[in-house]
Amino acid sequence: MLNGIESGGLWVYCEQGTDGIRPVACELLGQAARLAETMKKTVTAVLIGGTENQAAALAACGADHVLLAEIPAEELPDERVHTAVMKKLAEKYSPAILLLGATAFGRSLAPRLAAGLGTGLTADCTGLEIDPETGLLRQTRPAFGGNLMATIICPERMPQMATVRPKVFPMPVPDAGRPLRLVREKIGATKHCFEFMEKIPAGDEPDIGTADVLISVGQGIGGAENIAMAEELARRLGGTISSSRPLVDSGIMPYARQVGQTGKTVAPKLYLALGISGAIQHMAGVAAGTIVAVNTDPDAPVFGYADYALQCDCGEFLRAMLNKN
Amino acid sequence: MKIYVCVKQVPASNETLLDPVTHTIIREGTQSILNPFDAYAVEEAVRIKKRCGGTVTAFSMGIPSAEGMLRRVIAVGADEAVLLTDRAFAGSDTLATARTLAAALKHQGLPDLILCGRMATDGDTAQVGPMLAECLDIPHVSDVAEIEEINEKGCVVRKMTDDGYMRLRVKLPALLTVLKEINIPRLPSVSGVIHGEKAEIVRMTREDLGIDPEKSGLNGSATRVVRTERPIMTRKTTWIDGTAAEQAERLKKKLQEGGLIC
Repeated sequence: MLNGIESGGLWVYCEQGTDGIRPVACELLGQAARLAETMKKTVTAVLIGGTENQAAALAACGADHVLLAEIPAEELPDERVHTAVMKKLAEKYSPAILLLGATAFGRSLAPRLAAGLGTGLTADCTGLEIDPETGLLRQTRPAFGGNLMATIICPERMPQMATVRPKVFPMPVPDAGRPLRLVREKIGATKHCFEFMEKIPAGDEPDIGTADVLISVGQGIGGAENIAMAEELARRLGGTISSSRPLVDSGIMPYARQVGQTGKTVAPKLYLALGISGAIQHMAGVAAGTIVAVNTDPDAPVFGYADYALQCDCGEFLRAMLNKN
Repeated sequence: MKIYVCVKQVPASNETLLDPVTHTIIREGTQSILNPFDAYAVEEAVRIKKRCGGTVTAFSMGIPSAEGMLRRVIAVGADEAVLLTDRAFAGSDTLATARTLAAALKHQGLPDLILCGRMATDGDTAQVGPMLAECLDIPHVSDVAEIEEINEKGCVVRKMTDDGYMRLRVKLPALLTVLKEINIPRLPSVSGVIHGEKAEIVRMTREDLGIDPEKSGLNGSATRVVRTERPIMTRKTTWIDGTAAEQAERLKKKLQEGGLIC
């Protein structure tokens, strides 16, 4: 026990984004708190550069302790600096588990840090459980390009590290009554490798990650005319259009629209999958309230995930939805 | 400028076989290709060489037949290729892979620039690039969309972030992982293919690299796959019947009832 933080605890790395802490950090604190109950351990949120108010918000989401690493102000987050800071903290406090959000920065930092700590890392987990017998973290992720889920453990090295995509786990309901136990760690001068030059914000592309209605198109959509109709349907329903990976790989849809393991995780109220076969990498990115699948192939895996299954041609379906007959 | 590019051979299709005992990928007997993301790293390396002069060496860890893939990398402009192949490397996780690559790169002498694809299409982890940079104690930049300027001292890159793009300068040596939008890879010329077929592919084993057997392959891996299974479907699926038009109407009604559409 050091500064009240026990060894063998659960840690969540909390990333500072452009508008404050990335929400995925709170989603992970919710999961960490759930796992901590089984492990009879505490949850520590680690924040590199931040305010006491931010720390309080993390406590409200489930952190028993907030470890605030104070570093000289940085123009942009630097993977090498954050690796050095996290390595120092992990070696001092010996956490058993370290979770990170699989944001662009998290996916770049986590492997670097895992190599620095000489431990294992599982990317883009969709399930985290504690093995009741061994106490190890069972990390589940879609794997091997097939329709399989793999469960991965890291039995001999600590901490056991995993990244999780934003929105895979629900946002916990914050409890402002939870006490904030803040531990400040002063970190000396850090050597930056980057010279920041310019931020170029994303264009007017709507964010599929926050849309309430998504009309998603796949290889079976059947041509540009049908994609245009899908866009019109999205507009009429107050939603936006998204895509599965093959249409992005072939350059028909931009990467920003890609749903799935290698694209974005989405959580709309309604997800309408048009001509999408429903490989697990795609469906792993869909945390929708209601899923509708339209496909001509009755054996398409997508139907197994759907609330409503429609076996018909996407073009005919879209014309009917838009009253174009 | 001395440029290294790390490439991986991946299955051409999504139908992948798993070893039922070790839960690792069975690579024998399946059609294999150069990881599509690595083609952009190779192309970028060749373009930088054309602009700044220097050499391009490709590195890959894989089974002996990955030699064919490396010949194709030479066919599109790499000068040399090194294949790290040894039974002892089998079952490597991303950490063991990064350590093996790091040993090989150090053995051949550190370059000015290392390029990797954003990720491999078989594992989708995007971990080996940043891990390799840490093992070599050099900076890395992930998700590079454009290399704007480059010389022996440093480069200016535009990288993709969650909020758009960012331009930054990084000193060399450094490792960059590149996105698809960085370039359009060339096709090999006939003379390139002939050159690739004739080229000597350097082979290195665990012993050549001086890696402890306990620190390579499955033994050197921190993670273990303990179970693979079909996902469990939890939703109750309602099939909607009729012609396409009838199905659309019935769906509309259901979604209206559920308050999902007006």
